[in-house]
Formats: sequence, structure tokens, C-alpha cells
Amino acid sequence: MNVELRDPNVVMKLSRLGSFHQSKLSFLRSFLNEFKEWDYKRDLFELDEHGYGIAVYSFKKKNRVYSLICFANELDENERSDRVIATKWDAAFTLHDGIPTKQDIERLRNEVPKQEFGRLSFKELTLSRANKSVRVFNHVVENLSEGKQPDRNLLNSVGYLYRTTAVYGSGKFGLADRFRIKDREEIYGPFRLEMMLVYLVRQFTFDQVNHVAKIKNPKKAVKLDENICKSLGIGNSTGLGMAPFIVNHPTLLNNWISAREIALKKIREIKKISKKNQNIFLECLKKSIKNITSWNTESEYQINKIKSLLKDLNEFIIYLDNNFNFEQDYAFNELYLHLEKKYCEECIEYVVSMMMEPYDDIVLPLIKEMSSEEEKYFNIPTERTVEDLKLILEKKYPDILTIDFTKDENNLNFWFISKNKEEPRLANRFDEMGAELEQPLAIARDIKRLHDLLLKVNNNWTIAKFLSTNNELRHIVRRAFIVEKFPYSEIQDNTIGKTIVPIDMLRLKLSFFGALKFDPRSDKWLRICMFQGAPLPDQLKNYDEHWVYN
Amino acid sequence: MRSLSEIETVSKRSSRAAGYSWGIAEEVAKNIRLLEIFNLPGVKNLNSFFKKKKKLSLDMISAVNQDNVANRDGYCPIIAGVNVLDQIKTLEKLNQVNFKKVLYPLLFLPFISRATAVIGKRIFLKIDDKEFLLNFNNNIYSNYSKNEIIESANNVYLKVIENRDSFNDDEWNELYKLSEETFVEENESLKQGGAGAGLTDND
Repeated sequence: MNVELRDPNVVMKLSRLGSFHQSKLSFLRSFLNEFKEWDYKRDLFELDEHGYGIAVYSFKKKNRVYSLICFANELDENERSDRVIATKWDAAFTLHDGIPTKQDIERLRNEVPKQEFGRLSFKELTLSRANKSVRVFNHVVENLSEGKQPDRNLLNSVGYLYRTTAVYGSGKFGLADRFRIKDREEIYGPFRLEMMLVYLVRQFTFDQVNHVAKIKNPKKAVKLDENICKSLGIGNSTGLGMAPFIVNHPTLLNNWISAREIALKKIREIKKISKKNQNIFLECLKKSIKNITSWNTESEYQINKIKSLLKDLNEFIIYLDNNFNFEQDYAFNELYLHLEKKYCEECIEYVVSMMMEPYDDIVLPLIKEMSSEEEKYFNIPTERTVEDLKLILEKKYPDILTIDFTKDENNLNFWFISKNKEEPRLANRFDEMGAELEQPLAIARDIKRLHDLLLKVNNNWTIAKFLSTNNELRHIVRRAFIVEKFPYSEIQDNTIGKTIVPIDMLRLKLSFFGALKFDPRSDKWLRICMFQGAPLPDQLKNYDEHWVYN
Repeated sequence: MRSLSEIETVSKRSSRAAGYSWGIAEEVAKNIRLLEIFNLPGVKNLNSFFKKKKKLSLDMISAVNQDNVANRDGYCPIIAGVNVLDQIKTLEKLNQVNFKKVLYPLLFLPFISRATAVIGKRIFLKIDDKEFLLNFNNNIYSNYSKNEIIESANNVYLKVIENRDSFNDDEWNELYKLSEETFVEENESLKQGGAGAGLTDND
């Protein structure tokens, strides 16, 4: 049986993308899988009684070494902020390519804590900073130093000791450009080194809390229980900075979504589902419910999504247990069709992620296809004709071409870069100043403009001729030819309309990272947790790949 | 040291701020990155051009011909470059394209380098006395390597070099003959057993 790939015009709608969940394809899971055979080591740990100082952690295989260098600093209570305007943090980190020399550490000691205002070198790969959850960190120190384990309920309600507020890579602030490292096999999957940084930071938080507790009461202190450590992740506060990324990297976005869609197609095409694979699917699905019931948020938007997800999943599980025959041919296809008929988007995408759990043979090869050589598709094929371009727009953007952008509600917002922090922002163009400096992220509107313009010129013109007098829309012409080749490269929605929910864009990216427990703090930023439940570094050589649901 | 990613981002934003469309700004960003990879002074020339741009009376060419003569201060290197890149499949038939006065010609160069990849042919570019052989956008061979600003060039021409061997048949045959000394002369037994296929196609 041949199952068609899902229609981009359905999958690439923001409400659908904003319903994606982590899966076996997620970058933090594929990172663990890739690095499980590497040798992990804590190379340096020089912290004072307050936990301030330097630590170095590494992953090593043959001649390749990646070292996380941590700088933990004293931070005044009033200076602690997760907002992008912050200039100081409890700890700052960089992932260094190789073993850092003393000179490297001295150089980095001056630069890394400054973050955006520091300068890194081509020897550094990623950069980040993090703040303590002071309430949780102090609680853990107090209890450990008294020889007790901390209150698990408190820990579960927060989920981490530290949360990062940004993770930078790919040439930012002088970091190594991707071209320097892109041929290394171990980082073929996207964001591998960002994931490594976050994962090693997690271990640092445990080591630091144990260290402070031990110094506080050397005779009585105990270490944080390993199972509690495993249940903690690293929090992350994420704002609008992530949203333009998925618009600015169309081929990369395509490759992420395409991997997911191909996996789903192949799973739906399996004729007989083995008992073993049925059980893996069912077990992961049922166990995962606890990730939803322990999902805390004050966001009404998210609470409603969680409620409908939980309701749908409970119904779905009852259906599976009582009415569904897994022995029928193409059982996953039947299940998928049933999901589409009966359940909300959040539930559909949740189960799609679960369907991948039994199928390493399908999923793992796709992970290597999730990076992109964007440069290859940069040049515009100017020998093509206006008619070609018009047909591409009509075929690839059917809904977008029906939007009336003369209505204010469809043209309400504009994306801009803030002068203060050089970060993307979204504002109402009719209420705020600055719309003349709009970023080229209003893709839907510009597609419509291009189509209107093409209707007025000769179909036989080459694109070269068209562009020679119409370069204002050059960025969108380039884009249309990319979309022609990459069906999942475009969000099929209006990103400047009245109803835009920017966190849908963040949620999409974060689901591919492997984040859990999306906690929107407004429509423009959210908190998440990464690596919660993941094996600790010294457990990597033998761990349960379905750890997310344990 | 600035990373290429930083160079690209700042070049794009500054090009937009200097009045170019986002699509052209993207092209400039790729170009400055390219110049810096080849150790040519891209950032330096772009910065100088944008500082002086408002005072210059630029010729904005759209359709590129065999001979192009600027009427004002000179051709804008970016607009001329974009149009050469876009129209290269037509221009390659002209064999040679001449420009009289191009401002900041080093900013024009990467467009031509990228054009070589589009047509799959080398292009020889001459900027006054400076010669550049642009090889499929993989490298640039030149008699010029100064880290300086070139504000203008009176004569710029580009010549498409047809894909031809750089050696004659005798040279090839001599080399080929030498390479044959790595082969084994086949006797009957090797003929029968050395290849995978059968000796007849009719079995």
C-alpha cells in the first residue's frame, strides 16, 4: 500500500505546527543516541564554598574532544533576570572544541560571562548562560546538607535547578562558523552541540548543588539521589528570537518536517504490526500520560490545550483497549485515519510522535537527513519564466493567495529587530512606530504581492527580465523556487495577522529540540524543560531509549 | 575575529539600511562572505561604498549589453552585479561584456564568481590592470592581493572561458601511455576468469 505524504497545506498551518510534540526524531534524543558511546569525564571542578568558580566537563572519542567550560558567579538577587535585557547570570557556559589550555580558560573567563558583549573564537562552538531557580536550589542545598533528600513534589513542580535563557551557536559573537565543523559525522543531526551544552550544564547543576551542600555540612551532607537527578532537567525561557529562525531557514524547516512526515508515511504503510511493536507503542503512550498530568502552566491557552489533549488521549486509549484490532492489516494507518476523524490536532500529533517509538529502523536513518546545505538553493533560476513562477505560487500557496491584505486585521503586525538587544520582536503596525523597518518575515503578504505583480506581466518573460525591474520582491522570488523543491519549507499561514499566536512558531522548533512541558508565559514567550528524565552522563552506555516516558 | 556568519548578517542588514531590497541585501551578504573567505577586502569596500553612496550619482543598469557605458559617476557595483548574475545565461553567448566605469568594483566581483557556477564555465575578469580568473565559485586566481579600497575602475570586462583542455593531445597521450603501466597484460586464463561477465552475451 502506498500512503501519500500529508498535505503541506494542512501540516504547515500554525495551529498544527504549534501542536507538535517531542519524538524519537527530537534533537536531544538523537544527541544522546549519538554520544552514548563517547567517554564522559569531569575534568576540572574548582568551586568555592558558595559554588562559584570553574568546572570543565568533556565528551571524548578517539582524537575528538568537546569540553564544556562552566563559570559560576555570584549574582545579586536584584540582578537575576531571565529576560533578554539581563547582563549577568548565575552561570555562563561555552562548549570548547578540544581540550582547553590554561590560556583558553583565562581568555574565556573574561569573555563568557559577558555573553553577547564578549568575544569568542573559532575554538568555541556554543555559548549559553543560566539562572538558578533559587527557591529549588536553596531547598535542595538545605536538605542535602541536613542529610535528607529534597521534597520531590517541589522538585517535580519546577522540574529543574537551573534554566538557560539563550543558547547560541553557528558563528554568533565570534563562535566557530558551521562550515568549520559540518563534516563531522557525530554532528550530522541539527543542533547537536547546543544539545551537548545543555546536557552537560544539567550535570553541572547537580554537581554544584552537591558541592555546596557538602561544604555547608561536611559531616552530615548526602548527595542528591540519582533518581531525583534523572527526574530533573534544564529549564529554558524562550522568547521571539526563535520564531524568525524557522522562516529564515526554509530548507532546514522542510527537512525537519519532512523527516517526521516520511516516518509517519512509512509507519502507516507497515502491513503487520508485530506484538513487540504494538506493546512498545501502547506502553509509551500510556506511560506518557504522566508527562501531561504533571504539566504545570498558568497559561489559559495552554491549560485548554492540555485539557483537550488529556481528554482525547484518555478516549483514544479506551478505544485502543476495547475497540481496536491491532492484528488487522495496516493497523497504524487505520489508527491514523481514526485520529484525524475524531481528535484535536494536539492529540493527533502526540500520537504521531508515539507511533515512531518502536521503529528505530525507520526513524534513525531520517535523523541524518535533518540538516541542510542551504547555500545550494540560494541562486534564483533566472532562466525560468514568469508563468513557471506563477504556477508555483498557485500550487504551493493556495490558501495564502486568498488572504485579503488590504484589510488591517490581516496586515496588523510587523516583525522588527530591537535596537537594544538585536532580537526579533512583533508589534502592531498601526499603534507602534518602526513599521518602515519591517523584517522580511511577512511571507504570506509578500507572496500575495508577488502573485499580483506577476499577473500584470508577460507569462513568457524570464525571471531575469522580471527581476531587472522588480527587485523589491527578489527575496520572495528566491523563496518560491525553494518551496517548489521543498514542500514543507513554508508556514502556510499569515504571520502578521491579528490572530497570530507567535508561541506556535516557538513550540514547533522546541518540539524538534525535544522539549517537554511547554509553559507559555504570554503569547510571545514560554518556559520549557529539556532532558527531564534523561539518563545521567555515566549511565549513557546502557540506557532505556524510551526514558522520556518513564 | 569576526565569524563569517556575523559578516553575512551585518552585510545584509547594512545593505538593507543603505536602500537595497531585502532580496538584494541577501545577495550582498553572500558576496561579502565570499570575498572574505578568499581573503579579499569585502567588508572594507562595502563599508566605504555605503559611506559615500549618498553623495554618488549611480548608474543603475537593468538590461546588461555587450558594451555598457556609465553616464553618471559610474555603475552601482551591486545592481550591475545582480543583473549580470541574473542574465549570465544570455550574456555568456556574447563572449565578452564591457563596462565603462564601475564604482567599488570589488563588490561586483563576487557576483561574477557566482555566475561561473551557474554556467559551469570559468570567467576572466579584468578590473583596470587587476586580473582575476574565477573558477566555478570555488577559488579565485589573481595578480591582486592588496587589502585596500578600490573606489572605481574605468574599464571592467568579463570574458567567458569555454571549457577546453589546457593541454594538447600529444601531452595527454604521453601521460595516458605512462598510466597504462599500472595495467596487467591479460593472458588467456586471465581473460576467462578475471572478469565477472561471461564471454558471450547470448547465454
